[in-house]
Amino acid sequence: MKQYEAGKYDVVVIGAGHAGVEAALASARMGANTLVLTLNLDTIAYMPCNPSVGGPAKGIVVREIDALGGEMARNIDKTHIQMRMLNTGKGPAVRALRAQADKVLYQNEMKKTLEQTENLTLRQGMVEELIVEDGVCKGVVTKTGSAYYANTVVVTTGTYLRGKIIIGELTYESGPNNMQPAINLSHNLTDLGFNMVRFKTGTPPRINANTIDYSKTEIQPGDDVPRAFSYETTEFIMDQIPCWLTYTGEVTHELINNNLERSPMYSGMIEGTGPRYCPSIEDKIVRFNDKPRHQIFLEPEGRNTEEVYVQGLSTSLPEDVQRNMLKTIAGLEKAEMMRAGYAIEYDAIVPTQLWPSLETKLVRNLFTAGQLNGTSGYEEAAGQGIMAGINAARKAKGEEPVILDRSEAYIGVLIDDLVTKGTNEPYRLLTSRAEYRLLLRHDNADLRLTEIGHRIGLISEERNARFTLKKQQIAEEIDRIEHTSIKPSDQLQEILGEIGSSPLKEPTSAAALLRRPEVTYDVIAKVVPAESEIDPVVGEQVEIQTKYAGYIDKQLQQVEKMNKMNNKKIPDAIDYLAINGLATEAKQKLSEVRPLSVGQASRVSGVNPSDISILLVYLEQGRIAKIAK
Amino acid sequence: MEGDTIAAISTPMGEAAIAIVRLSGEEALHIADRMFRGKKPLKEVDSHTIHYGYIIDPDTDEKAEEVMVTVMKAPKTFTREDVVEMNCHGGLVSVNRVLEIALNNGARIAEPGEFTKRAFLNGRIDLSQAEAVMDLIRAKTDRAMNVAINQMEGRLSKLIHTLRQTLLETVAHVEVNIDYPEYDAEEMTHQLLTEKLTEVKREVEKLLQTAEQGKILREGLSTVIIGRPNVGKSSLLNSLVHENKAIVTDIPGTTRDVIEEYVNVRGVPLRLVDTAGIREPEDLVERIGVERSRKVLKEADLILLVLNSGEVLAEEDEKLFEAVRGMDVIVIVNKTDLTQQIDHEKVHQLAGTHPIVSTSIKEEQGINELEESIKELFFTGSVESGDMTYVSNSRHIALLKQAKRTLEESLNGIDAGLPVDMVQIDITRTWEILGEIVGDTVSESLIDQLFSQFCLGK
Repeated sequence: MKQYEAGKYDVVVIGAGHAGVEAALASARMGANTLVLTLNLDTIAYMPCNPSVGGPAKGIVVREIDALGGEMARNIDKTHIQMRMLNTGKGPAVRALRAQADKVLYQNEMKKTLEQTENLTLRQGMVEELIVEDGVCKGVVTKTGSAYYANTVVVTTGTYLRGKIIIGELTYESGPNNMQPAINLSHNLTDLGFNMVRFKTGTPPRINANTIDYSKTEIQPGDDVPRAFSYETTEFIMDQIPCWLTYTGEVTHELINNNLERSPMYSGMIEGTGPRYCPSIEDKIVRFNDKPRHQIFLEPEGRNTEEVYVQGLSTSLPEDVQRNMLKTIAGLEKAEMMRAGYAIEYDAIVPTQLWPSLETKLVRNLFTAGQLNGTSGYEEAAGQGIMAGINAARKAKGEEPVILDRSEAYIGVLIDDLVTKGTNEPYRLLTSRAEYRLLLRHDNADLRLTEIGHRIGLISEERNARFTLKKQQIAEEIDRIEHTSIKPSDQLQEILGEIGSSPLKEPTSAAALLRRPEVTYDVIAKVVPAESEIDPVVGEQVEIQTKYAGYIDKQLQQVEKMNKMNNKKIPDAIDYLAINGLATEAKQKLSEVRPLSVGQASRVSGVNPSDISILLVYLEQGRIAKIAK
Repeated sequence: MEGDTIAAISTPMGEAAIAIVRLSGEEALHIADRMFRGKKPLKEVDSHTIHYGYIIDPDTDEKAEEVMVTVMKAPKTFTREDVVEMNCHGGLVSVNRVLEIALNNGARIAEPGEFTKRAFLNGRIDLSQAEAVMDLIRAKTDRAMNVAINQMEGRLSKLIHTLRQTLLETVAHVEVNIDYPEYDAEEMTHQLLTEKLTEVKREVEKLLQTAEQGKILREGLSTVIIGRPNVGKSSLLNSLVHENKAIVTDIPGTTRDVIEEYVNVRGVPLRLVDTAGIREPEDLVERIGVERSRKVLKEADLILLVLNSGEVLAEEDEKLFEAVRGMDVIVIVNKTDLTQQIDHEKVHQLAGTHPIVSTSIKEEQGINELEESIKELFFTGSVESGDMTYVSNSRHIALLKQAKRTLEESLNGIDAGLPVDMVQIDITRTWEILGEIVGDTVSESLIDQLFSQFCLGK
């Protein structure tokens, strides 16, 4: 194929999935002239698996993206069919929003946003090769011969790299949902010296809603109060569509057991590593054979389609088995299967080959994000996408990267885990991966990240002004209730009695009263109202920050300790092999990961505390040596 | 983590009659003042001065040790931090006690080589010494521990692993409720949590009790040598002490009236008690009637009963057998170099299941067999009365106390009706603290637990 020079950009983004769109939008909005190449313009921000956004940890990522000026939150707010707040019975740190998406609307809306964004060019084309000179990425070449030059390149190819679909005995090269796979780009990355791994994921069959007997299932409605992911959303969709819950039964399990030898999982046809948190139904039955039934959630794919996603039934069994299997599930006896479930294998890059900025160590000016980095999930992809976009745009301008700390954002936890520890299965965010979970709440993503978003040019002055006001109101109200005394009175005891709280014996501060588990901010506002009305979102912050101050402080102290270690930078030129006393495993792992700070080094698996002590001594030695010169 | 105050016994075990507990860090003076009672608070004294007083346990106000305390304020100290050195009388028990009090009052046990490391990091040591520091850190981490400690710690770590597993399963259960709120796993209720945590807390408390009783490793296996006059008790004692390095020697008459010798026999630490009575030509048989001697016998973990095979069995010998009935006894038939008068068959009969060792201490015969027999008795477990896992190490004790505290905090949180994910913070912390005892705190194991315990996914 003859190549021709097709254009020059500040940033080129390969792929327009959930990582690619955030990367491209961030980059363009920061003023970088950005090109997005996708192999199909009709599948921008496509959801090949479940039509849903958010949930524990993931939902918080969506809010973080919003606080940084990203798009996912706004887009789902405009296109969902249902929204629910999860974990409302638990503490504030683990509450999370989840939306069911109208799959097609979500894509259309996102495409429109990309099309209308300044500095952003959207084009169909399959990238087959990166232009790399002397270890620096200079651009990309497409299948049709167009060579685009760029200061920086972001690769977000999802599960397309050497993608292979497996259904029972059938396998063929394919991207998700029978789209074109990207074969040559994967070979190109290997040729450039990248270490790749083979991962696997899967999706369940889809069925026709008209053929479901809903009377045998339980309804799962959305919340009847307005909900939104974005801090900026003012219009709420209240016309919602429910999901439905049913179960597999013993007949289902027997059928699966009888057909196990036809399952590629057990016939050895699948070589990729699948995620434990997303097992296929056959996997669940083999590994947990004492469980009499498994949950199946029926999730509509949109307002203008009858297609229903059968959550819980991810499978790579042959098509005929899938059809029989559906018939064994309550309510699905007559269900028409519209698409079969399948497993997909793909190449991913070993993420310890990346700096925390998501730039590759091997090739400068090349960034990667999303499922290509070994993660799974739209939110995980989008979270990396926005950071890769930000850092690619900054690098194109010669600016320092933005790296979020583990104590600042789930996105920080996600990226730090990937580049420091790597992953041996598709990585999913869980709240338990965050050691400072109480700080990384869904309600305070704006307080954590808006200032960063503003500083890098993704948050407008207007929005920042609104945010600053909110922050100020929170501080003032906390201060007020700390210094407002409440005395026992008949009216007060009555209010306390109503909420099942014991009577107040001695005068106390409003804040102390708020620390009682059953007392909410609304009660305080009723007993000692502020001069002017307090916005409910401010009230929520006042309540959480006051009520859980003890626990929050404990975590802040841990963060402070860790920050001391994070602030001890490690020079890039360090030669771990030359440090006497480091354990062999530590030498190898540290040489591979090349952590930027002692804090990061301490999180590398296989590095123990005495290695860190030795490293500290070594670094100090270097510092003294430099002064001596 | 740097910045906190560290403590350790900085004199080598068993090489001196005086032992020093050293504190270094910002809080050193503050911690020392909490436990020291002298003429005036150490905060007010001049730097580089020495002060007489007592160490007390602030929790109970009990006197623990008579000390001379040296105060050295930053920066002219070894570590360039505030340093306090407490000179104790020596004796494993009292030094450990002083260290323990320091740890309970805010100090953290120093890691191997940490004082030196701090000295270096604070610019106190020159460049050429850096390598040596690193060697030190490495060497001490890899140090081989004595058999007894290995044995004990093996048992301890097994128990800790079980406790951690209980906590991990509990946390995984809480986590599954959080990360998969719609999943049909049983909700971890506050009641269920309370049960699990109380169970773990009970075990931790039990461990701490063994620590407070100060069993075996900390104090040695309390061992009494008995026998009629001139059967060779003193020679046996001397032989055990000389063969085996005495760990610490108390100076008679200074702090207590009982003399104790610590020896390490094939990895088994022995505390030879009431040896004063053995050294003097006083007849222990008569003294058995004395209340205090009875008490000594009653509290002994091991009895070495010595017979003279050059003489016929005396009535006193039989009385001795009677006095130690039901205890762990090794019968030593000494003086095999003399013409044998003793009725061996009768000895066997009296000894019953107790091991019998023939020796001639004078000719240095049979000592090996005796030592082997002590070791066997110890390691086959016949010496331990009942189910005892001993906690001996001050670091472990400090960590167990922390674990107990965090467990209490989580139980308080449950009582106060805090959300389960808040309570979980303290449970996870407990799990990490216990992990420090066994040297294992990888958070990935929680994720592993989550997915092996529950069937999750879409």
